[in-house]
Amino acid sequence: MEIAHLCRMANQIGRFYAGQPDAAESRKAAATHLRRFWDPRMRRELVAHVEGGGAEDLDPFVREAVREHLEFLRPADTPAPASPAAGPR
Amino acid sequence: MTVVATGGGAGGAKASGCACGSAGGCGTDHGTPLRASGTMVALTVDGVAVQVPAGTSVMRAAVEAGRSVPKLCATDSLEPFGSCRLCLVEIEGRRGYPASCTTPVEPGMRVRTQSPKLAQLRRGVMELYISDHPLDCLTCAANGDCELQDMAGAVGLREVRYGYEGANHRTAVKDRSNPYFDFDPSKCIVCSRCVRACEEIQGTHALTISGRGFASVVSPGALESFLGSECVSCGACVQACPTATLMEKSVVEAGTPDRSVVTTCAYCGVGCAFEAEMKGNEVVRMTPYKDGKANHGHSCVKGRFAWGYTTHRDRITTPMIRRSIDEPWREVSWDEAIGYAAAEFKRIQAQHGRGAVGGISSSRCTNEETYLMQKFVRAAFGNNNIDTCARVCHSPTGFGLKATLGESAGTQDFDSIDHCDVIMVIGANPTDAHPVFGSRLKRRIRQGAKLIVVDPRGIDLVRTPHVAAAHHLALRPGTNVAIVNALAHVIVTEGLVQEAYVRERCEWASFEQWRDFVAHPDRSPEATASVTGVPAETVRGAARLYATGGNAAIYYGLGVTEHSQGSTMVMGIANLAMATGNVGRPGVGVNPLRGQNNVQGSCDMGSFPHELPGYRHILDGETRALFERTWNVTLDPEPGLRIPNMLDAALDGSFKGLYLEGEDIAQSDPNTEHVTAALRRMECIVVQDLFLNETAKFAHVFLPGSSFLEKDGTFTNAERRISRVRQAVPPVAGKADWEITVALAEAMGYPMPYRHPSEIMAEIAALTPTFHGVTYERIEAHGSLQWPVNDAAPEGTPIMHRDRFVRGLGKFMVTEFVATEERVTPRFPLLLTTGRILSQYNVGAQTRRTGNVVWHDEDRLEIHPHDAEERSIKDGDRVELRSRAGVTTLRAVVTERVQPGVVYTTFHHPESGANVITTDNSDWATNCPEYKVTAVQVMPVVSASAWQERFQAFTERQEGFLPGHDHQPA
Ligand code: SF4
Ligand code: SF4
Ligand code: SF4
Ligand code: FES
Repeated sequence: MEIAHLCRMANQIGRFYAGQPDAAESRKAAATHLRRFWDPRMRRELVAHVEGGGAEDLDPFVREAVREHLEFLRPADTPAPASPAAGPR
Repeated sequence: MTVVATGGGAGGAKASGCACGSAGGCGTDHGTPLRASGTMVALTVDGVAVQVPAGTSVMRAAVEAGRSVPKLCATDSLEPFGSCRLCLVEIEGRRGYPASCTTPVEPGMRVRTQSPKLAQLRRGVMELYISDHPLDCLTCAANGDCELQDMAGAVGLREVRYGYEGANHRTAVKDRSNPYFDFDPSKCIVCSRCVRACEEIQGTHALTISGRGFASVVSPGALESFLGSECVSCGACVQACPTATLMEKSVVEAGTPDRSVVTTCAYCGVGCAFEAEMKGNEVVRMTPYKDGKANHGHSCVKGRFAWGYTTHRDRITTPMIRRSIDEPWREVSWDEAIGYAAAEFKRIQAQHGRGAVGGISSSRCTNEETYLMQKFVRAAFGNNNIDTCARVCHSPTGFGLKATLGESAGTQDFDSIDHCDVIMVIGANPTDAHPVFGSRLKRRIRQGAKLIVVDPRGIDLVRTPHVAAAHHLALRPGTNVAIVNALAHVIVTEGLVQEAYVRERCEWASFEQWRDFVAHPDRSPEATASVTGVPAETVRGAARLYATGGNAAIYYGLGVTEHSQGSTMVMGIANLAMATGNVGRPGVGVNPLRGQNNVQGSCDMGSFPHELPGYRHILDGETRALFERTWNVTLDPEPGLRIPNMLDAALDGSFKGLYLEGEDIAQSDPNTEHVTAALRRMECIVVQDLFLNETAKFAHVFLPGSSFLEKDGTFTNAERRISRVRQAVPPVAGKADWEITVALAEAMGYPMPYRHPSEIMAEIAALTPTFHGVTYERIEAHGSLQWPVNDAAPEGTPIMHRDRFVRGLGKFMVTEFVATEERVTPRFPLLLTTGRILSQYNVGAQTRRTGNVVWHDEDRLEIHPHDAEERSIKDGDRVELRSRAGVTTLRAVVTERVQPGVVYTTFHHPESGANVITTDNSDWATNCPEYKVTAVQVMPVVSASAWQERFQAFTERQEGFLPGHDHQPA
């Protein structure tokens, strides 16, 4: 998905949590928000973007939060699990 | 035996509640309203001993004793008036014949309702009435449903001695201007019930009695027509009129109905109960149900009258398919349409992955339908790409209230308003968008409660007959959080916090953090006035009133949620309520006014990509296991795509198929051009709806849905009240919506063998703790139930968080104000905000297909005289509205309702393209679009915008693709 748009949304999330009192807690809370509400394909692109270096378009708070919680945010590698999870068993 | 009248349910119904104790509603008119009093008064009526609450009328006591007194000007939804003199009684030890409707009971009274003298007097009264009344009973539309006729019979009137030739009103001219009811003054008995209904129940004060004595006549305003007057067509006067003077046109045309079912309005989140009255399979009239606990017998123009869309000729009644949106539609059987849709979804999933398809349900769907829809996506699609239109309205409410109070719902029932001393309305326009609640709110204000309005616009409530806001905080759009922080600043720094309450009920540490945050001088009203545009003194006054004025309640709407800081603002509101101790009892609380009828229900039912029913996160393994066992599937543990994410993913090529039930994202979602570009990229769009809506013009499969009159189910209104929707007529296209989803699931290889919506509710109840005690039988027995309904609260929960918050201790959240990215610039110097009006509903697909168009046949742009003059715009001129997202044109209304720098429009008509203008900026937490703030420029123009011309051409082409259309393109 358009990375600029993802960054913009991530920044907006970041601005709420950046305003919370405890900095480390806030970074964790921001990462948790991304983990809980972003579809894997969105997280995958955001993680790749941050890992790719640049990420200038991310606020430092968000960049830091994502960096600190990379593994937590990274979706499982394969888009679909090996055994088809869907459908009646 | 002594008959004891009780107050009905706990708390007691107010004006129109029936006290007879029958749960199903009795339909008896008790003549005067129920009085709430702890003191009971004993008396006898015709020798029958009866006890009634002090303040009750003799008339009502007589009804409680099983007697009835003839009456014309009294009815139990209105205060007694004492004008017709038909209700005379004899009271032992009193001289004369007092009117029973205006005489309060006294201990030991002995009342006689019948005697030869009373009979003679009553006949005399009736004779006078009848001598000035046309005697065309046999051809009158009210024949058989006329209280004058009934009373003539009841008093035994047999002859009229006066002759009919004298001066009379029998030739008065009918007013047929209202699209839904006629006013025939020749039949008026000047009982003034209509006038009182308009004042007391509706609060519009549109009707007056002019002239005196024989010359007195009822009229809207100063002898205007109904349509030309202040009348908002709520129908309260029609309901109250005892004769055929005010009469529904539908009854005039079709005759009196012969059967009825009680059901729930499918328009707004008030969720009014109605009796759908029918002849055979034709609905003749919808009358507000007296025992409906959300509306107590009142209604608005939409629910009462605007149901004609259900039989509109535009309804599509046969399933259709097409390979491409550049092809004509082909009518096919249900089997073929469903088979085609399922095959396409399977093909897309095989080619592009399991996550390449998804579903969107609507707040117009019943709980059962919404539940099925999310189950369908999770079990048959095997992903969590399920969202609902609550995304674009109240998703921040769920998020913000869950974080602070612990439950994603409003705290009160509507009846709570009768206990309010201070009412703060934020970003809501209840008299237009939630009219029946708006009327109750106005009534409470007339009784003396104080009103604070926080809204950029001068909405009606700010000043309307007999109602005026104590404070109007006319803030700049997009500065809600700055205002809520400023209010909090005053409360904290002026020592107005209810500290004992906070210590007992909230997380103290979170309170301290919040207190220190809001106490900072940067957040004071003085420091923020330049941002918000609200004078500091006004903010201070409002904060003091809210914190110290007694029971204070906040009611808010989309003006809170539809912002980039929507979720933050909801938390800010909860903070205010907790700090002032205003949660957990009648008359207080935090109350979202939901837009569409079933917003609450669609959220409750798990139609969010991260949440299973009952607001339980998809990451929660235990909940997932519960659903996996019941549904016999493995669930995808990852959150899915939200509506805006689906569109982004479609443009990206990773999302190709969409099943929509009752939702029209091409009109209702922001940045229309972005939405339609995404829709064009998809390979299979299945639309289940009544009409060829805007989204359906991009669809490949059309499954004709059923209107609320055609199916069974439940809706949950803004007060968490679960009410039944009952089938009145069979589905026009043969299937109720839940049956369509079941068929599609089956075709996808996931059977859902339900036989009736009640079985779906049983599954919901089994899986959702707050619904554990809900069954159709229980709803039947209680009329309606407010969740949570479970072992702890078997009769439901009118007021939440009574002794403790659902999350345990209330949590204060720090709410930093972050200005929206949508800023005014020299190129876009004005702020556009959007809203709705009374007569139209949401995207208007329904209301535009009713007589309601007489009130609003196009969307207009409101602009302040100052801004208009600067641009040489005159009232009625066509203007171009341009934002970063797009351009459209509308006609202007020059008005001081909006402040300088702000323009306003509604979005009820697709061709006006209000959403061509709105951007895809959204709430940080939920992606709820920021409809309420868009930077724009406005300029006079002569012709439609390029978008509008393309829209027009596209619409004509797509309509040409409909079967049976005259101009089939080659
Ligand atoms: S329809 Fe409603 S607003 Fe209009 S006159 Fe009657 S009561 Fe008043
Ligand atoms: S219009 Fe109907 S309710 Fe109004 S005064 Fe006449 S008879 Fe009574
Ligand atoms: S639209 Fe709302 S207020 Fe009007 S009748 Fe329906 S539920 Fe009631
Ligand atoms: S009913 Fe009592 S005076 Fe009319």
